[in-house]
Amino acid sequence: MIEQRISPPKTRIDVTVDGSTVSVPEGSTLLDACNAAGADVPTLCYLETLTPINSCRACVVEVEGSRTLVPACSRVAEPGMDVQSDSDRVQRARKSVYELLASAVDLSLAEPETVRQMERYDVDPERFGEGWHRTDEVKIQDDLYIRDYDKCIMCFRCVAACGPDAQNTFAIDTAGRGLNSTIATEFDVSLPESACVYCGNCVAVCPTGALMFKTEYDLRTSDDWRPDDQHVATTVCSFCGVGCNLELHVQDNRIVKVTSPMDHSVTEGHLCIKGRFGWGYVQPEPD
Amino acid sequence: MLGIPDSRWHGGERTAGGDRVAYGGFHRAAARRHLLLPALHALQDAIGWVSHGALNYVSERLDLGPAEAYGVATFYDLIATEHAPPVVAHVCDDIACLAKGASRIVDELEAALGPAGEHGDAAPWKRSPCLGQCEKGSAAFIQCAGASARSIAPVTAEQVIDIVTSGSADDAVAPTTSAQDRSDLRLLAILDDEGDMGLYRSKGGYEGLARALEIGPAASVAEVEASGIRGRGGAAFPAGIKWRAVTEHEGVKYVVCNADESEPGTFKDRVLLEGDPFAVIEGLTIAGVTTGAQQGYLYLRGEYPVAFRRLSEALESAREAGLLGPDIAGSGRTFDIEIRRGAGAYICGEETALFNSIEGFRGEPRQKPPFPTDAGLFGRPTLVNNVETLANIPAILRDGGAAYAEIGTAQSTGPKLFCVSGNVASPGVYEVEFGATIRELIELAGGVDGALRAVLIGGAAGSFVDASQLDMPLTFEDTRAAQLGLGSGVIIAFNESIDMHTIVARIADFFGEESCGLCVPCRVGTVRQHESLVRISEGGDRAAELEILDELDHVLRDASVCGLGQAASSAVQSAIRLGLI
Ligand SMILES: Cc1cc2nc3c(=O)[nH]c(=O)nc-3n(C[C@H](O)[C@H](O)[C@H](O)COP(=O)(O)O)c2cc1C
Ligand code: SF4
Ligand code: SF4
Ligand code: SF4
Ligand code: FES
Ligand code: FES
Repeated sequence: MIEQRISPPKTRIDVTVDGSTVSVPEGSTLLDACNAAGADVPTLCYLETLTPINSCRACVVEVEGSRTLVPACSRVAEPGMDVQSDSDRVQRARKSVYELLASAVDLSLAEPETVRQMERYDVDPERFGEGWHRTDEVKIQDDLYIRDYDKCIMCFRCVAACGPDAQNTFAIDTAGRGLNSTIATEFDVSLPESACVYCGNCVAVCPTGALMFKTEYDLRTSDDWRPDDQHVATTVCSFCGVGCNLELHVQDNRIVKVTSPMDHSVTEGHLCIKGRFGWGYVQPEPD
Repeated sequence: MLGIPDSRWHGGERTAGGDRVAYGGFHRAAARRHLLLPALHALQDAIGWVSHGALNYVSERLDLGPAEAYGVATFYDLIATEHAPPVVAHVCDDIACLAKGASRIVDELEAALGPAGEHGDAAPWKRSPCLGQCEKGSAAFIQCAGASARSIAPVTAEQVIDIVTSGSADDAVAPTTSAQDRSDLRLLAILDDEGDMGLYRSKGGYEGLARALEIGPAASVAEVEASGIRGRGGAAFPAGIKWRAVTEHEGVKYVVCNADESEPGTFKDRVLLEGDPFAVIEGLTIAGVTTGAQQGYLYLRGEYPVAFRRLSEALESAREAGLLGPDIAGSGRTFDIEIRRGAGAYICGEETALFNSIEGFRGEPRQKPPFPTDAGLFGRPTLVNNVETLANIPAILRDGGAAYAEIGTAQSTGPKLFCVSGNVASPGVYEVEFGATIRELIELAGGVDGALRAVLIGGAAGSFVDASQLDMPLTFEDTRAAQLGLGSGVIIAFNESIDMHTIVARIADFFGEESCGLCVPCRVGTVRQHESLVRISEGGDRAAELEILDELDHVLRDASVCGLGQAASSAVQSAIRLGLI
């Protein structure tokens, strides 16, 4: 059966953001409302294509009448809500959230947006004192991608992408509890021994460089990763009839990584092993 | 437990013609995901740990990714995923026991058995958060492969050494005693060791259920509302509002008894479950027939083996008496109760984490809204009440809500159990009417041993008070006005000999250990809080550390997902205000 895509126009509701009223379709989140109002709300664990998991708390906003701050990324807007997107309380919490993260994990390869927000909130990773920090060996178990969990902020995007939100492979999940939790396969077996099918969808959604193409990792290790010298070639995957859009990131005439546009209706950024990693044949073996 | 596989694909019987049928059944298997934790328990009980092969088998049978099952297994302290010794002792070193000298036991065990184990390693003994036996002064919980788990309280270091070296243990729990004259008590009238339904009925038991069936759901909800009873699990939410909301929903719904009692210093639910299981069962049955749920769950703390046996027996007698099952007391109504055992995770007492735990997911809380009354267990409207809340329900239905509302104060109605422990002469559970003061409760428990330094009320998630506040009535309204919380009814007294730095650091450590790890403020913040307290006690820059603690307090309270993180700095901040550290 073909999915019914035409739905009746949604009722709109009014929400106040930082004093001005915006109108958003019913079912929108507070993040949608803040965006509509032009407010600058940071997010870390949220991604448009995944179910919100509410873990990072960078997006918290103040809602009139609520005892605690609320996560904008997942809270559904209700008519008449009065939202403060950047009040003193909000700023204080966000600054601490980033500082706690920065004090515990290596954010050196975080997305530019995260770097910008950390500057905005004047983040001082040392403020909470010397203490526990993640120290994980880089896991290099194959030629396709690496896992460097001391950069992992536990945003759970990879788990959602590997699981119910995209790939439905369930090769990785959170293991352990509290500070000792990490993303792992069962009994931490290596990826080739696990259920992983190497779609690379986890790599595509990771915001911190904890998951990374092996090609990119090698180039970075040899200090030869030069994003400014790369160009992106857009094409369509030739392996099957689905027609996934590919973005080939090319440096020195070699493909160094493959992504797919998140706003593409076929892929939503997700691919399979062939599109993601199966491009060896278009270029000669390196010497 | 999982039954014989129903298809050859999963290793079941070969049947005539069977080879010609393609077997599906994955949806059916996935719908059984809620059997994951019971299956992990079964493995743990049988062989003492969950091996890779065993985990793979369970995952296959329930159509789960092994990584998912591993994620669930490693969430719980009582499930081992490394080859563990056949007998493992979990020894309490939490605050109430610390006040009674638990650090001595820990030191002796370290000397004799080596350092305590960490999660997932093969040490024969581990340090445990509060085991809910605080009135006994020391406690151990023993896991034995191939035999049922045991509680020992009070416990000595020699006993633990003997058990882990000999490899066997029996329950050795001192009987629940009470220094109180019980003849006029309502909740503690029966503290029966036999789980005898005759005794329960002779004291008016099951009259409440009979009346609930007679007057019907709408009138029963009205009685609960009229009683004014508020939840006894910590959040003090008016029970009537939840009962009404769930009753008004259509379709499948559930009722859940929260018996995960793990708040340090709390043991009242254990006393009720062991001593008067029928009151809780009747309360939950009334909840079921009133809201229209056909299935009830009782989520019992994994470290309560005695309560597990008493409850199982009591459920069996209730079924035999026709008070559970397809035709309750001849009314034609169906309702039954299943016990689900927790596996060592304080956070699973948080209601939404509890749902995830029952459903076979990691026991991480869900963001609210939606609230359980709209979308709870299995996504259905769910009524969750604490053990003590439910134990009050039979009397509310039997005698009427208005009569119940006469007890206590106007805003805090009913009898209330308090768990008094630490440096008092007779630690134990004491029943009073709401309105009694902290001083009166401490006096009921025989008074303080030595000179009082501070009292912790509400548990680890509560606050310290000092001698100047002892005349505060323990009601919801008075404690709220003083910006404190009644929590789960904890009163732990500490005398002048106790090093408060140790106690406060242990509380901070508890939250770090028990944080589920989902959200940043709590996952990292609780640990930073503990580190900062340790620096203070080691003579660090106090002013700078207090600033750090203040900042952590804000982010924990304001930005954590659930009540664990939101309350993790409460006791610490109160200790600073009182100058205890
Ligand atoms: C971290 C945490 C742990 C909790 N543990 C328990 C518990 O062990 N038992 C309990 O009844 N409620 C516990 N609660 C409260 C429950 O979420 C819920 O409010 C309660 O079970 C509702 O029952 P009541 O209304 O009868 O109190 C806990 C809450 C939090 C945030
Ligand atoms: S590559 Fe694909 S299958 Fe493998 S872990 Fe990542 S998302 Fe899962
Ligand atoms: S590996 Fe990346 S995507 Fe996965 S939880 Fe860590 S930071 Fe998030
Ligand atoms: S506050 Fe703590 S326990 Fe609650 S969801 Fe966050 S990490 Fe988990
Ligand atoms: S972006 Fe909302 S909680 Fe992470
Ligand atoms: S049993 Fe030891 S503190 Fe409660």
